[in-house]
Amino acid sequence: MQRKLTLGLATALVAALLTMTSSVFAQKSATDDIAKYREMIADGNPSELYEAAGEELWKKPAGPKNATLEKCDLGLGPGVVKGAAAQLPRYFADTDKVQDLESRLMTCMLFLQGRIPQEMIDAPFQRGPKKDMEAIVAYVVTLSKGDKIKVSTNHPKEKEMYDLGKRAFFFQGGPMDFSCASCHAEDGKRIRLQDLPNITAQKGAALGWGYWPAYRVSSGQFWTMQQRLNDCYRQQRFPFPIYGSDVTIALSMYMAKTGNGGTVETPGLKR
Amino acid sequence: MADPMRVRAAENGGIVDVKILMKHDMEAGQRKDAAGKVIPAWFISNINVKANGKDVFNGQFGPAVSKDPFLNFKYKGAKGDKITVSWVDSKGDKRTDEATAS
Repeated sequence: MQRKLTLGLATALVAALLTMTSSVFAQKSATDDIAKYREMIADGNPSELYEAAGEELWKKPAGPKNATLEKCDLGLGPGVVKGAAAQLPRYFADTDKVQDLESRLMTCMLFLQGRIPQEMIDAPFQRGPKKDMEAIVAYVVTLSKGDKIKVSTNHPKEKEMYDLGKRAFFFQGGPMDFSCASCHAEDGKRIRLQDLPNITAQKGAALGWGYWPAYRVSSGQFWTMQQRLNDCYRQQRFPFPIYGSDVTIALSMYMAKTGNGGTVETPGLKR
Repeated sequence: MADPMRVRAAENGGIVDVKILMKHDMEAGQRKDAAGKVIPAWFISNINVKANGKDVFNGQFGPAVSKDPFLNFKYKGAKGDKITVSWVDSKGDKRTDEATAS
């Protein structure tokens, strides 16, 4: 009699537990858990190490002119770093070009320090002079964290870049006939467990543009926006774009403008 | 001295929460480079944290800890504690950084 009662109680308990757990799992998806994991490790974002190194490099004399970058004009005036990244890419009168953060930094390195841009362009990512660039980018973008993405297309060259970027975004090519739009033009798409933001809409564009540059845990590296775009081309099996070339700036312009009003969350932390 | 660490310490109700981000490649010695050669092991072996000169944390890291280690622990302390973090790696390189518990 007692054994039957215990057995009955045990079955009831197990049944209750099973129904409880299955309903709990139904509420959480795998991507929710990944978001929770990201929150947990957000405090130890290794981007901060790059940012600290970048701040030192900003103030360290370098190049043939043995000068610092402290007078670099990123669009808000010479030496103004706070909030600068949030309004890039933009038109610069002194170069008569629309420039993104990295091409603008190459300009500053040339004018202020005498460093030849071609060396930076030719260097592989994560090596040589690009290591300096990555650190400086981390420093600059950290000082725009929390700001609103605010790029303008008022200048005719800015509008031109935006239009070019939009065309490039939808341009199909390469051996698999892919375009950026193949992955990033619809809501609710993902590759395995990686959600793909819809960059043609404001929300998705802000998710993409606002979270890169970022530290990539899987490769243990800090990736700048140029590296992220380069890798997008690699994933599509396109030829690699030239570092700082017009197509990269055009795409940046398109993404940033589409994401206007979103929050800058850089430096991000990615899988 | 190696690359600087980020040390942060926040005191709350008599407990200090210490967060340390270290810059280190932490090579286990198991990986091979593009040419097929083994990338030599190079990792932080010992880490020591003192608060006001007294040990509050000692650790023996090793090849199992991955790149750019992030360490987070709590100890009983007070605002204003002077926290000193030091590590030594397998090549004998060292790094020491300080912070004050706020």
